[in-house]
Amino acid sequence: MRTFLPIAAVLGVLAVVPLVVHSNVTLNFLVVALMIALVGQGWNILGGYGGQYSFGHAAFFGTGAYVTAILQVWYGVNAWFGFAAGIAAGAALGGALGALVFRAGLRGSYFALVTLAFAEVLRIIASVAPVTGAGVGTLIKLELGIWTFQFQSRAAFYWIILALVGLSLVIARLIERSRFGAWLIAVRENEDAARALGVDASAVKSVAMVISAAITAAAGCFYAQYFLFVDSGIAYGTWISVEALLTPIIGGVGTVFGPLLGALVVKTLGEGAKLVAGDAPGLDLIIYGAVLVLVIWIMPRGLIGGLTHVRKMLARREATVVPAGKARHG
Amino acid sequence: MPNQGKLSRRQFLATTALGAAVTATGSISMPSVLRAQGTPVKLGVLHPVTGALSYSGQQGRLGATLAIEEINAAGGVKGLGKIDAVLGDAQSTPDGGVAEVEKMNSAGVCCIVGGYASNICLATTQAAARYELPYVVDVGVADGIVTRGLKNTFRFGPGFGVISKTALANLAAINEQAGKPAKTVMIVHEDSLFGSGLAKLLNAQLPQQGFEILETIAHPTPTRDFNNVVLKIKAQNPDLVIPANYYNEYVLLARTMQQQQVKPKGIYSVLGGAASSYKFVKEFPDAARYIMDCNHWFDPRNEKALALKKKVEIKDQFYTYEVYMNYSCVYLIADALARAASVDRAKLTDALASSTFDGHVMPYGPTKFVNGQNEGAAPVNTQVLDNDIKVILPATFANAKAVFPRPA
Amino acid sequence: MLSPAILIPAILNGLLIGAIYALVALGLTLIYGVLHIINFAHGALLSAAMFAAFFAFRLLGLDPYVAVFLLAPAFFALGYALQRFIIGPASHGDDRNMLLVTLGIAIVIENALLYAFRADTRTIDVPYAFQTIDFGFTFLAVPRVVGFIAVFGVALALWVIMAFTDTGRAIRAVAREKLGAQLIGIDVAHIYAVTFGLGTACVAIAACLLIPTYYVNPRVGDAFVLVAFTIVVLGGMGSVPGALVGALLVGVAESLSGLFLGESLGQIGIFLIFIVVLLVRPSGLFGARA
Repeated sequence: MRTFLPIAAVLGVLAVVPLVVHSNVTLNFLVVALMIALVGQGWNILGGYGGQYSFGHAAFFGTGAYVTAILQVWYGVNAWFGFAAGIAAGAALGGALGALVFRAGLRGSYFALVTLAFAEVLRIIASVAPVTGAGVGTLIKLELGIWTFQFQSRAAFYWIILALVGLSLVIARLIERSRFGAWLIAVRENEDAARALGVDASAVKSVAMVISAAITAAAGCFYAQYFLFVDSGIAYGTWISVEALLTPIIGGVGTVFGPLLGALVVKTLGEGAKLVAGDAPGLDLIIYGAVLVLVIWIMPRGLIGGLTHVRKMLARREATVVPAGKARHG
Repeated sequence: MPNQGKLSRRQFLATTALGAAVTATGSISMPSVLRAQGTPVKLGVLHPVTGALSYSGQQGRLGATLAIEEINAAGGVKGLGKIDAVLGDAQSTPDGGVAEVEKMNSAGVCCIVGGYASNICLATTQAAARYELPYVVDVGVADGIVTRGLKNTFRFGPGFGVISKTALANLAAINEQAGKPAKTVMIVHEDSLFGSGLAKLLNAQLPQQGFEILETIAHPTPTRDFNNVVLKIKAQNPDLVIPANYYNEYVLLARTMQQQQVKPKGIYSVLGGAASSYKFVKEFPDAARYIMDCNHWFDPRNEKALALKKKVEIKDQFYTYEVYMNYSCVYLIADALARAASVDRAKLTDALASSTFDGHVMPYGPTKFVNGQNEGAAPVNTQVLDNDIKVILPATFANAKAVFPRPA
Repeated sequence: MLSPAILIPAILNGLLIGAIYALVALGLTLIYGVLHIINFAHGALLSAAMFAAFFAFRLLGLDPYVAVFLLAPAFFALGYALQRFIIGPASHGDDRNMLLVTLGIAIVIENALLYAFRADTRTIDVPYAFQTIDFGFTFLAVPRVVGFIAVFGVALALWVIMAFTDTGRAIRAVAREKLGAQLIGIDVAHIYAVTFGLGTACVAIAACLLIPTYYVNPRVGDAFVLVAFTIVVLGGMGSVPGALVGALLVGVAESLSGLFLGESLGQIGIFLIFIVVLLVRPSGLFGARA
């Protein structure tokens, strides 16, 4: 249980926020940031722990969003069931993709690009298929109520997305401490060596993909409920695939809190750049891009990596105070 | 941090050409002119000024801010004072738009104008509805915008249904008047919200008017090459080609048709990105000649519209529909504010709902909002004649006669 | 749809557009093959090059086919500097970081173009833009044909550089075995920068060949980059002939699937072929077996 203390602490602090902060600007900002964090958490399972960098996580996000939207609009399915169905669909897609791609032995950049291609294929299909409304998109009917998963208060959405993020943090921690996680990390570090040791690399990667897809699909379902409109560019566009990998890499790949931290930092950076740049179009994004490059330059292992580095440096400095004999044995 | 911004600006101004410097300083100085201190009338001006829709967003912002400048120069809103524009960038995404709505609400705006794209407007009007914040949609044509029962949402311009109905009726009328030379049709449309929706409606309704649709071709935005599309047009030789796409694709399509010497009896565009664009006519006079469009257009007999046109052209910009529609929306809001004699949102919403505003520059007549939709709003038909864009239908606003079929 | 009157011109069109893709892909495959990074900034650099070609015409009166001799070296220098002084140091040699750094640079370039030049679409009007060569059953646009011929010239030049010059050999060495190359004294940072520079120069050439028939705005490069990525993997990382053949194939595939499935759905053709090739022969058409 103690291993989950940091997660509980973080969640506890975040949960209090809506009680203290009443600004809807901030709440909306946090809801979107947490949603992006959830997408990143999903990506992190496969990319951070598994070392398989996907460039097409939009495939899962969009599938979650569309499945729940279509079920509600065309088949009158309840929003909560739709949510669950969306997650299941995302997971299924992850499983299918994993089976196809990992059995074919695709790794590294090839894997990255094939996922990108899948996301693009889905986007194109969604832009012409009648069931998704093709170019017109799918509009979920505005009907406030708990049953329809549409809330008047932003705080309600906030707590839901926080709960989902919390769940993903727990999943990440569980993976970290499990045998499955050890296999996954072994595959990341050196797949051939892992195979030699008897790890079924393809199966391990596929399972990671399913978990990863499910988490990201949940974020997609949430998007659909929060904004009530989905079209092919929103669902399967490169924007979400980029956010998926941006936030964990900035925050720290292969860590529990990396994507959450990364999402908060990246989103705050975007807002900060807007404040500084004022109204001139494009200037804020120039600043955003430049700061991004700077962050990587200064902290190549992401923020958590950077913080750990600082912590280790401080610990080392303390250690040098210890008499020479003891220090040598570290 | 602030220095970083200034350095970038100096760097870029120094390294770019004179023309760019003029437009850059133009777009930066404007907001500062508008910020009148401590005024009670705060108006949110929300457009996608960065991202994929940046051109339209910037034009929309231009129209809105020109109107605000004029109103302030004449003393502001009657009884309330000058307007303080709160500019927002939707970044061409719905979530970007929603974030701006939240900020504008926090900043205490009495109303928001803009959105431009349908998918952005759907999200932003909904977000504004939470606060009963009146929202005037400038362009977004999706029917869903005004059919959700949101009391705060007003659309000044026409929606899909009206646009395609008008386009169809006018096409039949033009064809009729010329002795029905056109029977076969090919539709070339972009595959997102406006193009697909339009194509669907046209497919349902054109046959009822006696037209035969040979093929409906969808294409993505952006499309890099139209050679195959034009090949199909050439092979099937329709009397009429009906394009519905954005500026860049329209230009490529028209140029490719010119290259392949494909000359149908007429090109009848609906909501064409370039068909009623001064920019297109200026840059490609040969490809533009005789093209007809059914689109948003200003009232050519309206003095204010022509004065605005001059203003915009002096700034070295093109007089596009985003400009005059947003201009009109701001004047509409100012009028409603004056009648409500208050910035109270509920009163403003009521004033908008009961508005019969005639001081805009569009060929709509006085406004009449039913369920948020301005009933009088409709597109008009234009045609490129004598290197200029003339209105050919409806007769009350026309300043030229249609030339159809296209002379050899 | 199957009549030769439509099929043959469609195939020819596919080849011509494929040639432009090839130019964009050539640069990318070099960078990809040597630096092993997916250069996110490639599209933005193409947009920047097109703006450069536009202004060369507008302000200096240079025809794009002349301006290319000015812009290619200029963009080589730009690419070299970018890799040597920004991307290289910022990434600390990590592939993943290079990804994000190039992404950041892409955002900066695209929005700098937006900020400086606004979002309007601009075009140039050269006398030969509308000229066509009459083949009887179809017209082929002159600028496209010029582009087709030029790409072979560029591919040849690149091949000569890679096969016969010391720099070229060094590039190939670094691509194959970075540590070994370092051990024999090759300045890897310099070679990386030269490769990036060559890739960027290719983009500049592509821009000059594209601008007579296309338009310019801050986002114009994005439309070509995804296709270029698929071509790079299809043809085999780092393989110049691979990129060329792959591009022509993709151009024809795109053209034919657009013909049969419609332009929108037809875009799928490229990606489906890409996925199939990856699953069946991941090293690409011309790549060495992985």
